[in-house]
Amino acid sequence: MSLYYVQKLLYQLNRDPAVRSRFGSDRGGLLGEYPLTEEERRAIEDGDIGLLYVMGVNGQILMHYAALIGQPWDVYIEAMREGVRRYGPVRAGLYSMLRDRRA
Amino acid sequence: MSLVFAGVCSHAPGITGRAGRADPKVRDAFYANLNEMRLRLEATRPDALIVIAAEHFANFFMNNMPAYCIGMGESYAGPIEDEQWLAIRRTTVPGNADLSRRLIEGVLPAIDAAYAEEWQFDHGIMVPLHFLTPRYDLPIVPVNINCQGPPLTPLARAYEFGRALRRACDAQPERIALVGTGGISHWPATPDSGTINEAWDRAFLERFLANRRQELIAYTDEQTLRDAGQGGFEIRTFIAVAGATEGATGELLFYAPIPIFAVGCTVATMRVA
Repeated sequence: MSLYYVQKLLYQLNRDPAVRSRFGSDRGGLLGEYPLTEEERRAIEDGDIGLLYVMGVNGQILMHYAALIGQPWDVYIEAMREGVRRYGPVRAGLYSMLRDRRA
Repeated sequence: MSLVFAGVCSHAPGITGRAGRADPKVRDAFYANLNEMRLRLEATRPDALIVIAAEHFANFFMNNMPAYCIGMGESYAGPIEDEQWLAIRRTTVPGNADLSRRLIEGVLPAIDAAYAEEWQFDHGIMVPLHFLTPRYDLPIVPVNINCQGPPLTPLARAYEFGRALRRACDAQPERIALVGTGGISHWPATPDSGTINEAWDRAFLERFLANRRQELIAYTDEQTLRDAGQGGFEIRTFIAVAGATEGATGELLFYAPIPIFAVGCTVATMRVA
């Protein structure tokens, strides 16, 4: 698991136009610069919002990535719900604590 | 001069970005009270506005996360988010680097705040400014309290930070306004987005408006996470404003849950004793 680097990449994508431009033109090269697992790399490449949420990406980072790849708000919310149905509960980060405490 | 105005308001991106999807009656009442807050702020003729915000990974990340940071820029740009998504045009907002430096120097004896000469405003500051300084002509001193990436500063320290900021303000010749901005209970940007614990919010606001320090700092993060969501960690911004107005009470101008805005929308002012 390298949740930290998944979030770091998405954080830089959200705030840096140069990183965004590379995401469009050289996605493989950009992702290769971060120590990601195969699953993490695929989730970002595929824009799998549900899986990224289940991995533990903070929504304040994830919602901007969803907007960047053109997902309207309701689609974004539903993608996270679908992610939990498909991949199971959130695995790490703040929202895994939330689940434990609300369970 | 000193601190001349203090208040709090919500900052959720839906307030502007999803405006068309809210119940127009409730939304317009909320906007009207933000406008009332603007009028009250303007009536105090401030030279600068400090915004205590809880930013959301626009400038600060887990590679080097300050518990407290104060902006010291000549100007700031925002919003960092997509203009259409937030429905706020990208603009440049004036700062006051000299005032910032004096405020930071005034705070440091009590709180080890970081400072930043570069700062891109996200919705946490741009949404309040959109309503409170819509011409973006009042110099802003941005302040951030980390409410996103635990470990977080203890609530007692947030109150203490507010006290320190007040002492720093009162030592300056300028007339300074202060706005804290955050959600109370909310689960923003998650599948639970739109959930709002109104009873918890109202109990918190009662403690806040009466400025009962002991009760305000009594919440544990475990309780807040359970009852108010991870968004509830942003009560630190309100608690800092309570610290800055210690001994004074406040007036609630507006509170109503607006689920499509994902937060209990709040507007309140504190008396500046």
